[in-house]
Amino acid sequence: MTAHPKFDVQRIRQDFPILSQSIRGKPFVFLDSGASAQKPRAVIDAMRNAMETQYANVHRGLHWMSERTTESYEAVRDTIALLINAPSRDEIVITSSITASLNLVAHSYGRSALKPGQAVLISGMEHHSNIVPWQMLRDAHGIELRVCPITDAGELDMTAFETLLADGKVGLVSITHMSNVLGTYTPAERIVRIAHAAGAKVMFDGAQAIVHRQVDVQALGCDFYCFTGHKLYGPTGIGALWARREILESMPPFMGGGDMISSVTFEKSSWAAVPHKFEAGTPAILEGIGLKAAIDYFRAIGYEAISAHERALTEHAIARLSDIEGVQIIGRAQDRGGVISFTLDRAHAHDVATLLDRQGIAVRAGHHCAEPLMHRLGLDSTARATFGLYTTHEEIDVLAEALTKIRKFFK
Amino acid sequence: MSFDDLRDLYQGVIMDHGRHPRHGTRLQSFDVTAKGDNPMCGDRVQIWLKYAPDHTIADAGFEARGCAISIASADLMADVVRGRSPADTKALFDAFRAMVRTGICPDHAGDLADPLEKLKPLLGVHEYPSRVKCATLAWHALTAALEGVQEGSSE
Ligand SMILES: Cc1ncc(COP(=O)(O)O)c(C=O)c1O
Repeated sequence: MTAHPKFDVQRIRQDFPILSQSIRGKPFVFLDSGASAQKPRAVIDAMRNAMETQYANVHRGLHWMSERTTESYEAVRDTIALLINAPSRDEIVITSSITASLNLVAHSYGRSALKPGQAVLISGMEHHSNIVPWQMLRDAHGIELRVCPITDAGELDMTAFETLLADGKVGLVSITHMSNVLGTYTPAERIVRIAHAAGAKVMFDGAQAIVHRQVDVQALGCDFYCFTGHKLYGPTGIGALWARREILESMPPFMGGGDMISSVTFEKSSWAAVPHKFEAGTPAILEGIGLKAAIDYFRAIGYEAISAHERALTEHAIARLSDIEGVQIIGRAQDRGGVISFTLDRAHAHDVATLLDRQGIAVRAGHHCAEPLMHRLGLDSTARATFGLYTTHEEIDVLAEALTKIRKFFK
Repeated sequence: MSFDDLRDLYQGVIMDHGRHPRHGTRLQSFDVTAKGDNPMCGDRVQIWLKYAPDHTIADAGFEARGCAISIASADLMADVVRGRSPADTKALFDAFRAMVRTGICPDHAGDLADPLEKLKPLLGVHEYPSRVKCATLAWHALTAALEGVQEGSSE
């Protein structure tokens, strides 16, 4: 597959100052974007500019600086709405991460809309952040937690999925849109269709998917979608939750404090309108400004070009790694993206990661915050290479050569 | 192909003990046993100890699943603790842990100098703080065995 005509990865790399470094005297090969992505100059500049020229608390000052800061912070809401094609900016709740988004829904929606005896359905390839909040809800509120198994290829078992929904007890399906271990995309439209037919709402964990594939919440037809900023080339400490307005309106607040109220007396407080009802306290102002810059940067390149580039990278990586004796790629989903977990027969994943690091290559190794999935796969850990829009074919070649060398070293 | 750039942590000693441990078997006859588990990386080890009549360690064996560092460390440990009293072994662990955390081999006169010299190939892990726990896992299990508990803690 050839790269998109508009897409010049070398030019893009120049936008990411960190990539020009050397690590241990070797060019820095960063294959850990799935854990957290690097930041383009546009993000760095936007955050620095705000601190140098335009910063005050938002939503409350009656002075020029506060008004301007509020405008530039609030702009991220419009940008996120555009990114995921939300019908309204008021349906975008700004959180501190996807973990915060998932906990918000588990706590607020989970304890109000879901009744004891109802069930939440997740999958066998969830990140811990889409497991633990539901266990906490189960223990506190008496809901049942169901887990849809995955197939040996690393895809959602859709027959089991339908069966698990059949008794009509599932109130919410909360499922990853793309596995952070296997790279599998889940069949989102189909999930929504089946779940809705069984009377369940659907939430997607878009932490990985949104980085690689255009997300249109209206086309997907889901009820909730969440993501985290730092994987999308933005800063840490900021994420978002989208949900349909009527759902958000029916949900009680999660945290109480400033910014989320319309009035407070000692007897009673009333809540601000959505989305502010869910945004207690001073928000991550600089991070909001940074995330807007990241999304603007990303959208200017465009999903079409980014997806084509990453598809080509993924194909190249699968071909190169499959060629190395002793390397096993974990997961063989039909619909997959640039997240590749693998094992090497002679060396443990941690040794592989450390020895790759000696050669300037950053990968992640471990259970990737998905221990139940590791058990399902019968593995303790894998090494994982993940790609970003700045990843090159040459970097994958460097990885392949380094793995070959490590295997020889462990002969 | 030159492996020079790979060798600083993965020296010959570590590769050798990590891949072909001498003490990597369960003892047929033992007095205490304990497990160590490192859920963050999936490393697991079980230690078996046989005491001599004077309550020094007569023999140590282990079974482990994990990386080369954790296995090499368990093997070197099983080697150096033989003939030592529990108190002596704990002092050695303290010195070893300080070494892998700081990268400095503590200046120990007398009794500990020799075993620390043997453990020195593991010193390089200090450069990888997240891997220090690989090097200390077997020692935590050993400490648990000496204290008569089933399960060791980890870093
Ligand atoms: C699929 C998935 N869900 C959730 C998360 C959690 O993201 P965060 O730690 O930013 O909340 C991650 C990132 O590690 C992820 O890959």
